[in-house]
Amino acid sequence: MSGPKTLFDKIWESHLVDQQDDGTCLVYIDRQLIHEITSAQAFDGLRESGRKARRPEANLCVPDHNVPTTPGRGGTDEIEDDASRIQLEVLEANAAEFGLPYISINDERQGIVHVIGPEQGFTQPGVTLVCGDSHTATHGAFGALAFGVGTSEVEHVLATQTLIQRPAKNMRITVTGSLPEGCTAKDLVLAIIGKIGTAGGTGHVIEYAGPAIEELSMEGRMTVCNMTIEAGARAGLVAPDEKTFEYLKGRPQCPKGAQWEMAVEQWRKLPTDVGATYDTEIQLDVSEIVPQVTWGTSPEDEIGITGVVPDPAQVSDANRRSAMERSLEYMDLKPGMKMTDIAVDKVFIGSCTNSRIEDMRAAAAVAKGHKVADSVYAMVVPGSGLVKMQAEEEGLDKIFEEAGFHWREPGCSMCLAMNGDMLQPGERSASTSNRNFEGRQGPGGRTHLVSPMMAAAAAIAGHLADVRDLIK
Amino acid sequence: MEKFTKLTAVAAPLPIVNCDTDKIIPARFLKTLTRTGLGKNLFDPLRYDPKTGEENPDFVLNKPAYRNSEILVAGHNFGCGSSREHAPWALLDFGIRCVISTDFADIFYNNSSKNGILLIKVSPEELEQLMEGAERGANATMTVDLESQEITNSDGEKIIFEVDSFKKHCLLNGLDDIGLTLKKESSISAYEKKQKASEPWLYA
Ligand code: SF4
Repeated sequence: MSGPKTLFDKIWESHLVDQQDDGTCLVYIDRQLIHEITSAQAFDGLRESGRKARRPEANLCVPDHNVPTTPGRGGTDEIEDDASRIQLEVLEANAAEFGLPYISINDERQGIVHVIGPEQGFTQPGVTLVCGDSHTATHGAFGALAFGVGTSEVEHVLATQTLIQRPAKNMRITVTGSLPEGCTAKDLVLAIIGKIGTAGGTGHVIEYAGPAIEELSMEGRMTVCNMTIEAGARAGLVAPDEKTFEYLKGRPQCPKGAQWEMAVEQWRKLPTDVGATYDTEIQLDVSEIVPQVTWGTSPEDEIGITGVVPDPAQVSDANRRSAMERSLEYMDLKPGMKMTDIAVDKVFIGSCTNSRIEDMRAAAAVAKGHKVADSVYAMVVPGSGLVKMQAEEEGLDKIFEEAGFHWREPGCSMCLAMNGDMLQPGERSASTSNRNFEGRQGPGGRTHLVSPMMAAAAAIAGHLADVRDLIK
Repeated sequence: MEKFTKLTAVAAPLPIVNCDTDKIIPARFLKTLTRTGLGKNLFDPLRYDPKTGEENPDFVLNKPAYRNSEILVAGHNFGCGSSREHAPWALLDFGIRCVISTDFADIFYNNSSKNGILLIKVSPEELEQLMEGAERGANATMTVDLESQEITNSDGEKIIFEVDSFKKHCLLNGLDDIGLTLKKESSISAYEKKQKASEPWLYA
């Protein structure tokens, strides 16, 4: 294909190893992140068939989903839950057997795969990067083609350094306007998902573009790309620019010296060519949005904090109506209730969506000088050991603790209910994570997705609250 | 992987829209190290009461007529959310070999075909017919024939479906992707040689 190309086309074409007549492609995979939940069966598969890891150094293993985040947690051997401990031990043993780099939970670099990949410079513009985790889309913030895969595909990449894929369609979402006070990258992406729906991106790779995206920090871009999967798309992308290079320069796994110059020169050629076309184009102006919050059990169920719980009876589409009715029943909410009247039991600030230093700073700025409501248990879980150290250097942990938040060790924590941090049946959270699915944070638990600032505001108020009232 | 050729079985109706993989198999069951044994927790949040753990008698797979279902007729955008392959493993362990819906999430689609589960996309009208067919219970079975790409509804009506030719080939023959890819080892090596020359830092 010649002529003007999109960022996605360029990365895709430069990674084609083979193409069959029916359009099935063999795509080269440069990088793979591996965690404990989706890898054990892949290593078993390799062993059963007597295969090796083709390029061990192209992988990076770290436990994150299933690790305790209790302050002062010890090493792997001190994990009380047998199944969790064994899963970590198995990952460590598999990494050793196949010669893959491994970061243990005692290592200050440990953290959520999608936080540590960029931190270590493992994530770079123009690469193909996969992980057995749907939020791999996060790395698209660097202009990397990054997507989640299943365990069979983890094994496929380990054995062959490739994947069998079909090309995706190109979608561009152009975001204009400046984010108003009290709104963040999280509010921006929730507004996008609300607009296009959870299946709106199916079959596409979404490129986020426009002044509002350019204005975002790398952390903000990661938050946006992270939730791409919640719009059903395969991957999200932002064109690399000076901010991207600035963030990456000097990171442990990034090229140095003359190779750095060479790499940057190539990365500058990645952005979409003038005149390239997209299969789908969407525009969104964010200058008028208000802080976003979800009311239902799908990330598309979002509304401004100033709104009320919507009424399914007003919806004509029968499928949508029944989904809404089911959501409201599960969430125990009535149409017409003010969002700010919804009381919460727990507040979770963390996850690969919102656990980076900028998120910690934003939440701390709101929390400073306030107290968490008596009825609320609030936790802050940094995304990695390095984020935690940085936050502590800045005194953010003290601000949180003085306000009554619990400051914890890095991991996925209450984003998903498998590591001890979870909701009890019927409990309700304000959470900075990415999924409000039924039972996601614990069986019978109810989740409202919000930004870190909004989560801090909810913790203080004891109910969902408009952060703009606190920061005035 | 087990071949998929032709299946005649009870089909369970599951008209939930956006049924996510957390619903199919919640995270707390992902501590397993094997691909088997997840069937008892398939659709756990729907199948069991979260407080008591008792079976929910209203959930379709708990009804006597549907306990042995091998086909699911599901609502739009089935399998969205997490990439966990535990979702198809749980379906398979329960005995489901085929899911029919108007749309599937991309990763779930890939994961399923790699485990010998056939996913069939149909139009909204066809889904409605099949949903009605499935609601007739254990006395009315459906037949799915991959070779001829044809579903026979419980009333004998036939529906033709599309399927990716490569996936069809792999499913019909039970082929392992990795084995197929390794036949292209020389192309992979050639690619690596070229990339190493132009982007040496990726090989540092
Ligand atoms: S933080 Fe949540 S979404 Fe992110 S990788 Fe961990 S479990 Fe998945």
